[in-house]
Amino acid sequence: MKLSSETIKKIMQSVKSTRDEELHCGHCYDELHQFIELKLSGKNAAEAMPLVQDHLDRCPPCREEYEALLEALKAFSE
Amino acid sequence: MDTRTNEEWLRDLRGENKNQAIEDLRKYLKKGLIYALSSRIKTDLEHQVEDFVQDAILRILDKLDTFRGEAKFTTWAQKVAVRVAFTEMRRKRWKDISIEDLLPEDSGDFTPLVLSDPSPDPEKRATQESMLQMVEEILKDDLTELQRTALLAIIHGGMPLEEVAQRMDTNRNALYKLLHDARKQMRNRLMEKGFSAEEVLAVFENG
Repeated sequence: MKLSSETIKKIMQSVKSTRDEELHCGHCYDELHQFIELKLSGKNAAEAMPLVQDHLDRCPPCREEYEALLEALKAFSE
Repeated sequence: MDTRTNEEWLRDLRGENKNQAIEDLRKYLKKGLIYALSSRIKTDLEHQVEDFVQDAILRILDKLDTFRGEAKFTTWAQKVAVRVAFTEMRRKRWKDISIEDLLPEDSGDFTPLVLSDPSPDPEKRATQESMLQMVEEILKDDLTELQRTALLAIIHGGMPLEEVAQRMDTNRNALYKLLHDARKQMRNRLMEKGFSAEEVLAVFENG
């Protein structure tokens, strides 16, 4: 099986950042609206909800939805 | 546009003012989604967004009892609409692609790992080969076939989690857990073999 060094690196990066306790996608989704309101009100959401931030850092689909939600809510502040 | 309190939204969506509340919610969600998706959808944006909003409103009405009031109702509703939109966009984008299309060649019977771009430096290449063999052993002996396939489909193939989950007859949450277990297993096995992920990473940096 041929793999590029890029793929091996991505696998190892994901292993390197692994924590024993991580939020799963469903938990992150359940808390995302609270996280985003903290963020929009200028508070330190990552500090207040570190597990949500950690999940967003490691899960591309959840991060993509978080960024889109942030954009969507900006439509009402401009 | 968002002039109701959370209690008013819930009361109106459940009561006599339901039609007006749905119409107001529709306008709200549509404005947000158009703003968020205009860079991602190049054709027929308005029509597609209307379809997403329609589906989102059905889901919101269905899940109204799960809203716990810890944020603005409209933030929660917009989150549901974003999830609906992305699920549909991903489904369309990946609909003709199977997991097998994305796996590295010969991964079915797990032939030995070969680096497609080995280092030109013979000494470094030898270290890469020995690390590769160790990674291969872990992938082969310590992960289940399901874990290995999902890991490669996502990391090598770039397929989103929920699309892999759907093809494996599971859901995004369960697949995340499966992969979390796989990553922990790989980390622990590397440690038992006397290496950290950082050390393996370093061998594949810069060719």
